[in-house]
Amino acid sequence: MNDVKKLFHFVKPYSRKALFSLAMLVAMVALDLAVPRLVARIIDKGIKQKDMAVVLSTSALMFFMSAMSACVAVLNSNSSIRVAESVARDLREAIFVKIQGFSYGNLDRFSTGILMVRLTSDASAVQRLVQVSLRIGTRAPLSMIGSIVLMFVTSPTLALTMVPLLLVSAVVIIVFSSRMEPLFRAVQQKLDRLNTVLQENISGARLVKSYVRADREAERFGGANDDLTDGTVKVMQFMSSMSPALTSFINIGMVLVIWLGGVQAIGGKLSLGQIVAFTNYLLATLNPLIMMTQLSNTWANGLASAKRVNEILDAEPDVVVTVSAEALHEPVAGELRFDAVDFHYDGDSGQTAQAVLENICLKAEPGKTIAILGATGSGKSTLINLIPRFYDASRGGVAIDGIDVKKLSQDSLLGHIGIVPQETILFSGTVRDNIRYGRPGAGEEEVTAAAKAAQAHDFILALPRGYDTRVEERGGNLSGGQKQRVAIARALLERPSILILDDSTSSVDVETETKIQAALDDYMKGSTRVVVAQRISTVLNADTIIVLDQGRIVAEGKHKELLRSSPVYKEIYDSQLGGGSRELRNLRGGERHGL
Amino acid sequence: MAYEPTPMGKDIRASMQRRPSQPGKIEKAKDPRLAMARLLNYLIPYKVQLMLVTGFVLVFSLLGLGGPYLMGLAIDRFIGGKDIPGLIRTAALMLGAYLLSNIFQVIANWLMASISQNALKRLRAELFAHLQTLSMGFFDTHAAGGLMSRLTNDIDAINQAVSQNVISLLSGVLTMTGILIAMFVLNHWLALASLIVIPIMTWFTRFVATYTRKGFRDLQKNLGELNSVAEEAIAGQKVIKAFRRNDAVIASFRERNDAVFKAAVYANSYALLLMPLTGVLGSFFVIVLASLGGWLALEGLVSVGMIATFINYGQNFVSPLRQLANLYNSIQAALAGAERVFEIIDTAPEVADLPEALPIKTIRGDVRIRDLQFAYTPGTPIIKNFSLDAAAGQTIALVGPTGAGKTTIINLLTRFYEAQGGVIEIDGIDIRKMRKADLRRSLGLVLQDNFLFADTVMENIRYGRLEASDEECVEAARMAEADHFIRQLPQGYQTNLSERAGNLSQGQRQLLSISRAILADPAILILDEATSSVDTRTELRIQKALLRLMKGRTSFVIAHRLSTIRDADKVVVIDSGEIVEQGSHQELLDARGFYYRLYVSQFKGNEI
Repeated sequence: MNDVKKLFHFVKPYSRKALFSLAMLVAMVALDLAVPRLVARIIDKGIKQKDMAVVLSTSALMFFMSAMSACVAVLNSNSSIRVAESVARDLREAIFVKIQGFSYGNLDRFSTGILMVRLTSDASAVQRLVQVSLRIGTRAPLSMIGSIVLMFVTSPTLALTMVPLLLVSAVVIIVFSSRMEPLFRAVQQKLDRLNTVLQENISGARLVKSYVRADREAERFGGANDDLTDGTVKVMQFMSSMSPALTSFINIGMVLVIWLGGVQAIGGKLSLGQIVAFTNYLLATLNPLIMMTQLSNTWANGLASAKRVNEILDAEPDVVVTVSAEALHEPVAGELRFDAVDFHYDGDSGQTAQAVLENICLKAEPGKTIAILGATGSGKSTLINLIPRFYDASRGGVAIDGIDVKKLSQDSLLGHIGIVPQETILFSGTVRDNIRYGRPGAGEEEVTAAAKAAQAHDFILALPRGYDTRVEERGGNLSGGQKQRVAIARALLERPSILILDDSTSSVDVETETKIQAALDDYMKGSTRVVVAQRISTVLNADTIIVLDQGRIVAEGKHKELLRSSPVYKEIYDSQLGGGSRELRNLRGGERHGL
Repeated sequence: MAYEPTPMGKDIRASMQRRPSQPGKIEKAKDPRLAMARLLNYLIPYKVQLMLVTGFVLVFSLLGLGGPYLMGLAIDRFIGGKDIPGLIRTAALMLGAYLLSNIFQVIANWLMASISQNALKRLRAELFAHLQTLSMGFFDTHAAGGLMSRLTNDIDAINQAVSQNVISLLSGVLTMTGILIAMFVLNHWLALASLIVIPIMTWFTRFVATYTRKGFRDLQKNLGELNSVAEEAIAGQKVIKAFRRNDAVIASFRERNDAVFKAAVYANSYALLLMPLTGVLGSFFVIVLASLGGWLALEGLVSVGMIATFINYGQNFVSPLRQLANLYNSIQAALAGAERVFEIIDTAPEVADLPEALPIKTIRGDVRIRDLQFAYTPGTPIIKNFSLDAAAGQTIALVGPTGAGKTTIINLLTRFYEAQGGVIEIDGIDIRKMRKADLRRSLGLVLQDNFLFADTVMENIRYGRLEASDEECVEAARMAEADHFIRQLPQGYQTNLSERAGNLSQGQRQLLSISRAILADPAILILDEATSSVDTRTELRIQKALLRLMKGRTSFVIAHRLSTIRDADKVVVIDSGEIVEQGSHQELLDARGFYYRLYVSQFKGNEI
């Protein structure tokens, strides 16, 4: 119910329009309900009394009323569409804005796929819910109630006999609807199962072929296919029994009216016109009931979607920017310090959370390069994500130029940090657009300078349209290494005081990587560099190398020192390069011209 | 060549969520008649049942028409004639007709549900069976995600049309014809008056449908744009945030969102016009009948009961007309879907085994490759004059830059693709003269992506040899150094990987792949070493497991690990589809050629 209340919040700005829509609906129902009475009038007053004037005038009135009803219906549908679509638009915007404000912690809990579903199908489900409520969903019960009342007005005794019939059909409808949902869910599961088999078969085609498992796959698929077919047949049979069952009730009602009404009419207590009107009202009572069953799905889906949407809208951003946020003092030196930092995910459920980082202390002097080395899962990326406050430390503090990052405004903080994330994400637009993503107004020379430093300039010029080449969806027309270099140029353009490279040269060959590093020494002179890497060749020349293992710093120092002092470093070194260096040294012998 | 196993179907499920069919989405089949004919083929086995269904539909439609007729009769003859027993008889007759009609309708529905679903089942089974025969080239050129959503949506479209529409179409047409006949028989003046409705209704529907379709097409386009903006912004949110572009992104989203709003209002306004218009038409119809009937009744030409009957018929006459418009759209969508499904079914399968192909029992593993030629697209050869010998039990390391053709060699060895020139022989037999199943059974593949199924760990290992016992699977895992981590999983070997295959690390997935290959016990091993580094402990385990796996088998390794390269019997250096050098690691280093340069650049800096 709470979810409905929250939903109502989105309807509120359009409440006048919604009320207008409902008013039109009431008018429409009233007009429609008048028609059978007019028919009765034609029969009783016109035909029976042989009064052609009554027939014609009543017909004219009927036509006028139905035309009115159509106008009112159009007004109702137009205003309800506007309300529903406005709500959908506002909802989409609210979700989108909310997502844009999410911190990494929030994003870890919701995948892109899920967020897209919230933004698309769930928003539309809510929109349908609103629209249905303003139209048929309200119209059906209204016209049902109206018809029942008019049935009583037309003939109380006849109406009373209809009551048990109405009750029984209501019960039948409820029983059908309540059994429908689980049946549908079961079929959905079977369909999911079938799709999983198909999906695995397609994705794992190479494996299936190489192990010659087509027969087994066909067997698996066959089983799922049989299951699905049986389940679907059952649901369809169930569903298709519902409508005839309800029609039977209408039919029984009609027969009762003809019979009992007929007997009364013979006794002179009821006119023919009234019988005809009564049958019409009976139809108008039961038809909405059938419609409501179809709507129950829309209702259930809409409510479920509203709930899921609320999950997004209610999510608290993990990183909260304080109101009295400071800005960094210009010029920013870029001194970076971690003070006994702990981090674990899911800050609220502390007992289950395993620490990702433990007691991290480090210091990077302005202008120096600090490298962080470690295996997947050792906590490297998490560590650097604490600097721009993509996550907040669970304990301890991260400071830039001596100011705790939590006290800084996001604008000032991010304005001085350049990040090349691990996963290279480029946006639709030209290569140039992508490089100057952080500063759309950047001049041509700045763009080329950044591209040159990132060793991207040459390959960009070789692209069909140079810097104006459009980047395809997800950078499809660039190789992994090229994408990474564009991403580096993008970060460089901002001339940040602190540059963070999160394993961002993993797809670049070693030679180019060396060139990038050399170019950065020049381009980024004076700014602090934090380099995360898995490949040992990336970190060799850093001023400080930090070795992370399961969230702890296990060694710190320069390459040569570490080789001597740290067994873990040595182990990584050996496993990646093996005795390669020794061999190479032996091989090259005296030919090396020293260092 | 990359084909990523997506984690079990979240996205698919989203795309599976049924949406009400929108007229704008309708795609037309290129050759609707052919698609229809082929689709109907699937119904042929149910000829008899279908005839039964048609019979039932005929009966229930006609019985349904009997009701109103009897009602008119009751009003005129019995109520008017004050004949209570006659009235009761007629009422009983009406009840019988109605109930019988409904029962027949249920039977027809039940039959049709079973027919349509079984026909659909056959279509799905055929499609799946055909997918198994398609070449690797098909899977490499069709992205799994796209193929998947296409298949599910297309089948769903067919399902919707077949299961819901056959009966409504039949009964709609029958009811309309029946009503027309009945009306003409009863009173041709009133019947003629009723006919006016048809052209008006058709015109209305067409008018509304034209605008609605245009509106929805426009909406669809706008929605597509909104979704692509949203998807990019959500997937790239971290970068957007890092570069402080949130406001700009929100502004562009807002703009598209507004366009969607406008398009949606336009499209829906037209779509919802149909109901009130047909409503007016319906009541117009009733009014015409009532006033004309009233006049005729005054003249003594028709009875009151007749008017009641006509009004009732009139209401039944309009509703099938309204449905037919919807049916048309749904059938169009189904035909378009069917056409695409048939397109896949018509895709030529892999090259068939030669009729004279001999069954192969045991393979030693001598491999001889001569003058191999291959191009994925004509004109850009990937493999040129490739020749290589591997004696049984030898390990061959394939080394070379990305795009050199290493993976292609493996694709040709497994006959995922057929060489366009040259020959590959195993134990002296041309592999083209072997049955593909035999060939592949003798080869074991451990690939980079380590595909795992949504099943238990045990079943994933058993995939290597289906008849293997649990103990054999565990033994294979032990040999593959995987036993240790498997036992630490929540349910050990029975842990289901369906939900959280993602929580196995790359290294662990690789160990499972190796277990599977060990269990399969192939004569020849093909290994594409993972490039991504794993933690040192797992790395050591993998190296140990691989050594055990390669022992005693001819092994082709696309090598990234120095240790593998050094231990290989022969290192083959490939560049641009040709062998540029081959020999042992040491020999190649001494030669100071391509390999030496590759090696130095790979391990630069280590001379410090």
